[in-house]
Amino acid sequence: MAEVTKLIHKYLRHDKKFPHVWCPGCGIGIMLGALIRAIDRIGFGKDEVVLVSGIGCSGRLPVYVDFNTLHTTHGRALTFATGVKLAKPSLKVIVIMGDGDAVAIGGNHFIHTARRNIDITSIILNNSIYGMTGGQYSPTTPYGMKSSTTVYSNIEQDFKISELAITAGAVFVGRGTVYQARLLDSLIEKAILKPGFSVVEVIAHCHTQYGKQNRLGTAVEMMEWQRDHAITVEKAATMKPEELQDRIVIGVLVDKELPVYQDEYEKIRERAKGAATN
Amino acid sequence: MEKKSQNRREKKSHLKELLLQGNEAVVEGALQAGCRFFAGYPITPATEISEILSIKLPQVGGTFIQMEDEIASLGAVIGASLAGVKSMTATSGPGFSLMQENLGFALIAEVPCVIVNVMRGGPSTGLPTFPSQSDVMQARWGTHGDHPAIVLSASTVRECYDMTIRSFNFSEKFRTPVVLLIDEVVAHMREKMVLSDGEEAEIFNRVKPTVPPEWYIPYEENPSGVPAMANFGEGYRYHVTGLTHDVRGFPTSRPDEIGPFIARLHRKISQHFSEIQMAEFFQTEDAEITIVAYGCVARSAKRAMIEAREKGIKVGLLKLVTLWPFARSAVEKVLQSSKILIVPEMNMGQISREVKRVNRGAAKVFALNKVDGTIITPKEILNRITEVS
Repeated sequence: MAEVTKLIHKYLRHDKKFPHVWCPGCGIGIMLGALIRAIDRIGFGKDEVVLVSGIGCSGRLPVYVDFNTLHTTHGRALTFATGVKLAKPSLKVIVIMGDGDAVAIGGNHFIHTARRNIDITSIILNNSIYGMTGGQYSPTTPYGMKSSTTVYSNIEQDFKISELAITAGAVFVGRGTVYQARLLDSLIEKAILKPGFSVVEVIAHCHTQYGKQNRLGTAVEMMEWQRDHAITVEKAATMKPEELQDRIVIGVLVDKELPVYQDEYEKIRERAKGAATN
Repeated sequence: MEKKSQNRREKKSHLKELLLQGNEAVVEGALQAGCRFFAGYPITPATEISEILSIKLPQVGGTFIQMEDEIASLGAVIGASLAGVKSMTATSGPGFSLMQENLGFALIAEVPCVIVNVMRGGPSTGLPTFPSQSDVMQARWGTHGDHPAIVLSASTVRECYDMTIRSFNFSEKFRTPVVLLIDEVVAHMREKMVLSDGEEAEIFNRVKPTVPPEWYIPYEENPSGVPAMANFGEGYRYHVTGLTHDVRGFPTSRPDEIGPFIARLHRKISQHFSEIQMAEFFQTEDAEITIVAYGCVARSAKRAMIEAREKGIKVGLLKLVTLWPFARSAVEKVLQSSKILIVPEMNMGQISREVKRVNRGAAKVFALNKVDGTIITPKEILNRITEVS
């Protein structure tokens, strides 16, 4: 068994019934691998980590791994995560969401959790489609593309998840693709280590739904598209906006400092106790 | 074998005579019960609960957070409870509607938490600062799917305190969300509340696993129907999900696992009916007419009962404290003497339907319904008594 596979097995739940729910060729497994490698490198104990998810293909991720795992309602993962983190700040809270989860039904929670700067890491798998329910268009389905609810054409503009996170106040925002797995490892590691609200947007393919409906080919072909369209943030800085059309800018997009919610709340507790004794 | 409970008695050493609103008494009860986390969204007429807890929770090392909406509020409350902290939220009709989604999650994942709903008239934005009792059925059936519900009410400021503690105790004991329904009259009315010296409040804390982590089966069957609950971060790593799950917490669609699971969710409440169903009887032994009431209407009903007795009409009062599970045996008890029941309530007849269901034609059941935002007065109930007697 390859070293990398051994490492994954160290974190899998062996009493869980496999196989998993994902289609052969899906990118979620690559994201899970990157997450496990990042956590292993950081050295967190399994008891310290709380992995929270919403609903959809990505929502099924936590069940397979041996952490404290919480599979919540659709779009609400960040609200549950907020409660866990504030009630027990020593826990490392990582949230897995899909694009529909994070910026459609959970869009309001996403911007407000970012704004509060609670120490939570969000990893968002963006495959531009609602995969589990049969390929309906999501807020990140590009204009002009097809889905099972836009069979004529999608007439809506798509959300840019990372840009939304930056505007909402996330202190760390990184974007990668499942093709560039090593970059994903390092982005997730940096995001977890960053105090405050961090976001990693993972561009992935759904060949089963999105790919099929738009004739984009196999999983491999869709990953090759990621390779050919990804461009580093450094290189993108030298290019004109029109040259960046259709490009996926990858790397660390934002890394800044802002007061972290739990630290600020600890100060509130001190003030409140002072007020109570006066 | 029953797991050893972490039941304990706590001393309250100070004598207090307090002039409190119902909402303030809810806060005092919550803190006494050990609540250390509150997440909420501003809404009338429940706002005082948020405001006061935003001051008091950080003083005792707890956490208050104002969320972006009521969906998020209950989500955060459930998350905090899973991390081991007793948690609550407070809201009114429109917010309670938004909470139905995560209320179902707390039910299926068996997460203790308390939701106080200071009822307003509805539907929709309705009557924000007027009293109503129109969420009785929503509290029972508001979230989708077949589920049990524990719903308590309060008719005095002191009861707001006691029933908040009881709500936490039930939620911890039965691993379920508990809804406390109060009305705007009780929530905003100021009334003397005495906590006598050395008074003890019985506080129940969730039963934790005593087995080593590798033996822990998070949703295991046992005689009480309530599995031991491990908090996140204490060495018992397990999976919590809103999907139907097997005893280990993993999603399942096997009929032989789903059936027993849903049956246990119901059984853990139904086999404790006698403990959960609280009701008070006032002069019902010889009553020919019994008023069945709850919340602020029970106060008017009591006055009407006294005045009717002065007129020589034998009237009693059955005050419901637990609304769900419906106190069937209490109604059956008053049916032994009374041939007429009057059910005044500030809705179009939500509890009177239940009374009629239990009655099965044994007595005449008269509803007295009012939905105009004003309370039902003793005189209105007395008039109804004289009409039907």
